[in-house]
Amino acid sequence: MSLFVNGAQVPAPTDPRVSLLDHLREGLHLTGTKKGCNQGACGACTVLVDGERILSCLALAVQFDGRQITTIEGLASEEGLHPLQAAFIEHDGFQCGYCTPGQICSAIGMAAEAQRGVPSHVTDDLGGTITLTREEIQERMSGNLCRCGAHNGIVEAIQAVLVEGVPA
Amino acid sequence: MSVFDAAKQAAQGLVQGVVQGAMEKLVPLAPDSWIPGGVPDPLIARKHGLIGKPVSRLDGVHKVSGTAAFAAEYRFDGMVYAALVYSTIPKGRIAAIDSAQAEAAPGVVLVMTHHNAPRLNPMPMFGSSPSAVGATDLPIMQDGVIHWNGQPVVCVLAETQEQADHAASLVHVTFDETPAVTSLAEAQANGVEQGQFMGAPLLDEVGDAEAAFAAAPHRVDQTYRTPRHNHNPIEPHAATLAWIGDRLVIHDASQMVTQQAQNMAQIFGLDPEQVHLTSPYVGGGFGSKGLWNHQVIGAAAAKLAGRPVRIALSREGVYRVVGGRAITQQRVAIGAKADGTFDALIHTGLSTMPPHGTMPEPFILGSQAMYGADTMLLKVEVGRMDTLANTFMRAPGEAVGTFALESAIDELADSLGIDPVELRIRNEPEKDPIKGTPFSSRHIVEAWRTGADRFGWADRPETPGSRRDGEWHVGMGCAMGTYPYYRMPGAEARITLTREGDTVRAKVEIAAAEMGMGTATTTAIVAAERLGLPLEQVDIAYGDSAIPGAIMAGGSQQTAAIGAAVIAAHNALVEELLKLAGNDSPLSGASADEVGSEAGGLARLDNPDAKETYVSILARAQRGDLSVTKAGSAPLETMHWSMHSYSALFCEVRVNAVTGEVRVSRFLGSFDCGRILNPKTALSQFRGGIIMGLGMALMEETQLDERNGRIANASMAEYHLPVHLDVPEIDVIWTDIPDPHAPMGAHGIGEIGITGVAAAVANAIYNATGKRIRDLPITLDKLL
Repeated sequence: MSLFVNGAQVPAPTDPRVSLLDHLREGLHLTGTKKGCNQGACGACTVLVDGERILSCLALAVQFDGRQITTIEGLASEEGLHPLQAAFIEHDGFQCGYCTPGQICSAIGMAAEAQRGVPSHVTDDLGGTITLTREEIQERMSGNLCRCGAHNGIVEAIQAVLVEGVPA
Repeated sequence: MSVFDAAKQAAQGLVQGVVQGAMEKLVPLAPDSWIPGGVPDPLIARKHGLIGKPVSRLDGVHKVSGTAAFAAEYRFDGMVYAALVYSTIPKGRIAAIDSAQAEAAPGVVLVMTHHNAPRLNPMPMFGSSPSAVGATDLPIMQDGVIHWNGQPVVCVLAETQEQADHAASLVHVTFDETPAVTSLAEAQANGVEQGQFMGAPLLDEVGDAEAAFAAAPHRVDQTYRTPRHNHNPIEPHAATLAWIGDRLVIHDASQMVTQQAQNMAQIFGLDPEQVHLTSPYVGGGFGSKGLWNHQVIGAAAAKLAGRPVRIALSREGVYRVVGGRAITQQRVAIGAKADGTFDALIHTGLSTMPPHGTMPEPFILGSQAMYGADTMLLKVEVGRMDTLANTFMRAPGEAVGTFALESAIDELADSLGIDPVELRIRNEPEKDPIKGTPFSSRHIVEAWRTGADRFGWADRPETPGSRRDGEWHVGMGCAMGTYPYYRMPGAEARITLTREGDTVRAKVEIAAAEMGMGTATTTAIVAAERLGLPLEQVDIAYGDSAIPGAIMAGGSQQTAAIGAAVIAAHNALVEELLKLAGNDSPLSGASADEVGSEAGGLARLDNPDAKETYVSILARAQRGDLSVTKAGSAPLETMHWSMHSYSALFCEVRVNAVTGEVRVSRFLGSFDCGRILNPKTALSQFRGGIIMGLGMALMEETQLDERNGRIANASMAEYHLPVHLDVPEIDVIWTDIPDPHAPMGAHGIGEIGITGVAAAVANAIYNATGKRIRDLPITLDKLL
């Protein structure tokens, strides 16, 4: 089987019990994806699989044969940081930085969900176009915990890039 | 006279005929102590530099790119993974450990118990020496005695984490249980003691407060309760460590780097220089990232197995091994005259700690400096419970103490019919209510006025429960906070100037910890200003026990401690530079207090044209670099003045009349914390504290099962933290008035943010609904 992480083919784990999170961190030494709770409660381990956000701690690595996995390490390009990465710095959307990779990956996945018209708990018109209001962003990002309390800056960064600026 | 004028006059007193224009650019050396008659830090008078400008944090790129390496992200060749087995009883002895299956499991390298663990010295317990940071001095895997439910009893090492976790599940431990105290009622029934904090009793008495209270015409007398809390940094506690020869190398998550290295050396019978501890990134701490059992167990197991070890606690493991904030039960009784001024202020009550603990939750600390009252009685008593040792958590004392005090003030204002902002201002003290010392810089009245104006406080519903918006009750509340200015001794700074062609770089090394407060960035800003260098030419190193000195990221004191150390090192550096400059320099003959820093060099204060760059001085002396290390002066300023950070907090809530759901719709923090050095990172510190306070107000509670002393909600799914949708837009303003008696004119800001928040929320809920909740967290069931 073959896994693709940030565009490169990487080995799969030999032990089927290994979570995607542990495979990234311990097997591939891609430690940008964080382990906060290892039980799907904090969102720090969020990565993108074929553009959709998932919690890598609740996923077994061997489930992802042939899938394209994007981690925080894969967001920047030759031109520099992803605009959302830069916006997190500009809007001080973090303090300790530990939840940050998960917040950024989650926000990118969230924007794509909104673009596909996937409603959230606070969406009024379930069949309409989704506008990422502050409340929509907050609701959709509530699975990503931040204990330093950088929520205001995180939402501002997301608004600046994924709502007002260029789409991801 | 404003402090700006004072600073300017003082600086002018140093040099005759100073050119005003030059003063704007030239930065004279700072004083190295702050005692009566001294001069303020010249950076206070500087208006056009980096200080006060928003600067993005310098480690930001690493944090958003995933390249910042945290403790569990270092590797050693041949490293094995640890898993722990925890006690399931609160007190007793291990009867038997059956580890045969675990030892035979694939990949297992070691099963360590008290039978085979290396002999260890006790952990140096906080308060037993200046560097001791252990929460207890209990033996760690030495004797099979159980002291709390969740105590680690077995450590398994295996080639992979999966193998270690599986093997740990195969270990069977049986216990002989003995009676334990696991409920607050039992602890109280067993008798309580006078609480101590930092070696002093938590007891302050001014006059006969009980008698004055009994005689007062207006009184409130209520009991308030706050639960246990856990810090819950998103990074779980972890260490990656190795024995290399006779040295122990630890990559830890630490907010007390040097002290932890020294303590580990003591535990393992090593010289301090045999332990090297690094902690460049810490994924949140809030008081919890200290020395606990897991680092000791990891190092012991690594020694026994002869292999490097990664010991990364599971989230549940963090709750079992790392203590949180203790429960409190507080009485606040205020006796007042008809005009609202206080005859008596009584704040007493109970907290808990284990028999092996060092501190109860010191909930009266905030009350020591909040209000003037003719008489005062502040007292913390402590009951003993057989639990994991509690510890410091963001604003230990103030965070929960202000919930009680500031709720009671609101109750008094309500009963007197006086606006709660006005009532607080009427009780503003003229000097420190306990110590009697003058305030160094206290502008809380200004913070109240500007905050109230900006928040629209005048629009607050006068009658509780009177404003509705559909099915939502709407109300406003306020509260105040204070948090002391500390500056702990022991901080040192090393400044190294290195010549690189025709430019120079400065490296500032401090044994500090950076958990995201912005310390590294702020230190770089201050150092750049002192040295007269652009920020790009200043490097900061920290989080490494090899750096001289010892600084703790605690008590909101790190910026002051670093600031004073950098001043001392900078002054020594300038002296060395002047020696090197010699007689051929335009600076020839000038002493250190006759020069200032400007544009990559030094210039004479009385003749700014007489100047020489660092590069030129070093080059002429044929030096590639110049390095000095100095300790900060003794913190004498806190002996002469009462020094605090202050907050005036305003909250608007909406409470659903049908479900009892509380939404915080607006929050404003108006702060008086001296000069704000970096508005960008300071804003995040204030907001972060406020958000943790919202959690405390509405949802946070560590639930102890009183039948067996086990934490029942040891997970981030069951311990509720504020999430994005819980966080309103938070407006933050500050007076920005420098304290002339503090380095950079700055006070700490890490802990003032949380202080008072829970009361502001509770008071807003009362204003919205007419319901007074005196028991945190204010969950919706309490409002139905």
